[in-house]
Amino acid sequence: MNLSISLTVNGVRRDVALSDPRVTLLDLLRERLHLTGTKKGCDRGQCGACTVLVDGRRINSCLALAISHDGADILTIEGIARGDQLHPVQAAFIAHDGFQCGFCTPGQIMSAIGLIEEAQAGDDPERVRECMSGNLCRCGAYAGITEAVLEAQQRLANANRRRSA
Amino acid sequence: MKHFEYVRPKTIADAIAAAAEPGAAYLASGTNLLDLMKGGITRPDRLVDVTRLPGLDRIEHLADGGIRIGALVRNADLAHDPDFVRSYPAIAEALLSGASAQLRNAATVGGNLLQRTRCGYFYDTASACNKRAPGTGCDARGGENRLHAVLGWSEACIATHPSDFCVPLVALDATVEIEGRAGRREMALEALHRLPGDTPERENMLEPGDLIVALRLPAEARAFAAHARYLKVRERTSYAFAVVSATAALRLEAGKIREARLALGGVAAKPWRPHQAEKLLAGASPDVPDFRRAAEAALADAKPSGDNLFKIELARRIIVRALTLAAAGTPARIAALPASPFASVSGALQDA
Repeated sequence: MNLSISLTVNGVRRDVALSDPRVTLLDLLRERLHLTGTKKGCDRGQCGACTVLVDGRRINSCLALAISHDGADILTIEGIARGDQLHPVQAAFIAHDGFQCGFCTPGQIMSAIGLIEEAQAGDDPERVRECMSGNLCRCGAYAGITEAVLEAQQRLANANRRRSA
Repeated sequence: MKHFEYVRPKTIADAIAAAAEPGAAYLASGTNLLDLMKGGITRPDRLVDVTRLPGLDRIEHLADGGIRIGALVRNADLAHDPDFVRSYPAIAEALLSGASAQLRNAATVGGNLLQRTRCGYFYDTASACNKRAPGTGCDARGGENRLHAVLGWSEACIATHPSDFCVPLVALDATVEIEGRAGRREMALEALHRLPGDTPERENMLEPGDLIVALRLPAEARAFAAHARYLKVRERTSYAFAVVSATAALRLEAGKIREARLALGGVAAKPWRPHQAEKLLAGASPDVPDFRRAAEAALADAKPSGDNLFKIELARRIIVRALTLAAAGTPARIAALPASPFASVSGALQDA
């Protein structure tokens, strides 16, 4: 079987010839496309550091076989800012000290973007915490992360209202 | 990870032919399988990717009032389908209490049914495990086993089935549709999983090549929607497997229980439905003394398989609490912490 796949990564089409079907989406992003913003924490789906959006949904890229995602649209931490203008979730993480060492942060931010898109949590901090439980932070920056998610969600909702007004 | 051949058939018939060969395994999302392959616990020679098979990702309403859920429907999509949540709230609550948002976005209905146990000795390839390597023994018997089975276990294996989803499904008489070399057949979900006996490596009734294509719920399952809950005790509030969980679903008429459904998770190698306890509840009053009698009956045959005597009383109390919550009524919206005993719900006694 042909092991070549084609992905759209951060808006750019990428054709990748895989030497081996064992390559995960995480390893493809990091080792083949050199997009090392997406982190390898546990590599077993337990920590969330590898979270990316695939076709608009947040998943653990460590548990996704790259070859099975031929044709997918991938968004990683490298693709969310517009030039020097940070994504509202990035800005909110800085404003609320949503990190300390920063290793889990790309996964936290991609997960937060997915959470806001899913629109299940509303403005309830308990629901935000529950919906972010797939992202571990060993520095324990959870309080700031919850505040950042709530504020970014509010800001994005306001921006959407302005746009549709 | 051992090398494997990857194939992506276009039809169900081709998939069955490819997967019927020795050493082949189906790949859906892979949230469990890839983890097992990385650890060397499962070592397939060939992966048959079923994610592109047509027609398996739909939720269909059947003419008889039932519902048919394609095997490739993602857990999150099912749990957030407004009609599904209204009709089968305990199932949605169980789904949302499982794994994380990322995993629920990926994991499929069919894959959830076929999850492997989370027994640490099954996962540790240096340990003896009759399920992973038949005939080698069971290191869980003399090891860390406080989370292991208290019902239906054998000397060969004391592992539990980890699914939350399967617990209310079994209580509500779900059936699975299976395509195989001999054509299509269906089976009650309760009959799909096997108890370990002397062959813990045989976890279900599927034959080589068999593919679960859909899950069905009968029309009667909707009748419990007003009084249906799932309750799950975990070692952390979110993103953890059940220590013990229970689903309780009631049909109440004139202040009495007309019909009750119960099932337990985390206690056996399969989702456990105590039919005798359900029978005791039919005609009973929806209050704690009758709930406690049902809980006693449900655990009548339980015995510890190690340092887990506590799970038997825990299971009784979870049953009583789940029944109490169900009797109080399904909340209008699933709690912020789905299935958590720490969620505050009006009508629930926190020390029941």
